[in-house]
Amino acid sequence: MNLWNRLMCYSRRRSPWLFHMNGGSCNGCDIELIASLTPRYDAEQLGVRLEGSPRHADILCITGPVTHNAVNAIKTVYGQVCGPKAVVAIGSCPATTNVFIDSRTLDGPLNRHIPVDVFVPGCPPRPDAIILGVAKAAEILAERAAKKIPIDPVVMPLVGPPCNGACACSTPNAPKSTEEQP
Amino acid sequence: MNLTTALARFLIFPGLLFAVPAAWFFLWVERKAVALMQGRIGPPFMQPFYDFIKLLGKDTPPRSGVGGLLMKLWPLIAVSAAAGAVGLLPVLPSSGGFEGDLILLLALLELPSMCIIAAGFSSGSIFGEIGSAREAALSVSYNVVFLLAIVSIAASQHTFRLEALAKLPASPMLWLGVVAILVCLPAKLHINPFSLPNAEQEIYSGPMTEYAGPELAMWELSHGLEWVAATGLVATLAAPHLTLWWLAALVFVALSFAVVLLLSVIAAATARLAIDTTVRFYWQCTLIFAVLAISSALFMRFRS
Ligand code: SF4
Repeated sequence: MNLWNRLMCYSRRRSPWLFHMNGGSCNGCDIELIASLTPRYDAEQLGVRLEGSPRHADILCITGPVTHNAVNAIKTVYGQVCGPKAVVAIGSCPATTNVFIDSRTLDGPLNRHIPVDVFVPGCPPRPDAIILGVAKAAEILAERAAKKIPIDPVVMPLVGPPCNGACACSTPNAPKSTEEQP
Repeated sequence: MNLTTALARFLIFPGLLFAVPAAWFFLWVERKAVALMQGRIGPPFMQPFYDFIKLLGKDTPPRSGVGGLLMKLWPLIAVSAAAGAVGLLPVLPSSGGFEGDLILLLALLELPSMCIIAAGFSSGSIFGEIGSAREAALSVSYNVVFLLAIVSIAASQHTFRLEALAKLPASPMLWLGVVAILVCLPAKLHINPFSLPNAEQEIYSGPMTEYAGPELAMWELSHGLEWVAATGLVATLAAPHLTLWWLAALVFVALSFAVVLLLSVIAAATARLAIDTTVRFYWQCTLIFAVLAISSALFMRFRS
């Protein structure tokens, strides 16, 4: 690779611009995506910018289980993003249709309609998991633009602290069922 | 000024070799100031440069016909006009010949916003058209103040030559003009509270909605160069007259940086205003500035 290509590859990794699209999500994943831009997580340190127009974006972030109404919109917007581009499926919904499985209003999962590069699991995923997924997608995008490798979806690991025992599910003397209660 | 000094001024300082890195630096300062005011860390120092390089490597959607050609042309005209405006700034003391005049500088400063209006309408996108209409309304309202402020400074000195204007002694008249220009700059640079032409997330990206790849990179660059030119104009008017060229250059850079910092802090501390509020603001409040400036200019002329 010559110097220009190396610089281009580096710049692509350092400047992922996102376009966020809702494919029928419950809004849980959407607020987590916005949360990753807030002072606590500050994705702008990686050069992430949420763009208003799909024409400006490099990475398309899709949430939700893909309803019938959303399919055409998703395909149009995917076409409007200029190459080289990558797609990040945020949450368990676009990967598996999650709790909405077998609903007659759905046409998911997402990779039946457009190629997906990175799946970020979680319902909803933590903002740090989303940032990790976007960084991975930027890496894949830079590599693919340089070497023309085929799309190979990556599933990110679950990110976040383990259960700290504060909730009822792990408290040993929490009431198990209604019968045990006086 | 002979050809070599003219070329040196256009290509090296304060022209392209200085202006392009300065444009990226000012764009970074703007983003970083907003981030710091929000309690974030913000983008790395080289971010605008990475963005520019990345945009150069992206595809553009196919464009055909005259409309497509025009869409490719507008960002180039905007960049060259903004670069020309920076090159004209009388930062360094020079010696005779063509030194550029205020009218040319004003025209070059105005061209990028004309290009933005034209770009939005020729992109054929509804959001682009809304953005262009807002930009047109905005530029009609702030330009009255902007031009009156500059013209009154020039009228008090009986000259439109930039060189003479840069040597102005500090006077209340000059400061009034500088303050009036400062009030107009947020609208000229489309930053908060007057960021409505490219109101991101509200009308997608306004006139820029349909632009992608290298064309968008040119728009970003022209925006950065506009920053350099507009803050440089304030810096040259406000700077004391110095004969040492390196000191003059240093004072110019420091003053521009101070203006950028001031504008970024204002942008971070305010929210976007609606179009009617903006237009009313410029017509009501800032006309007062201009009336004051014009009357004191006339007063100074009759007295001298
Ligand atoms: S993954 Fe969970 S939080 Fe995200 S859209 Fe689906 S149901 Fe909502």
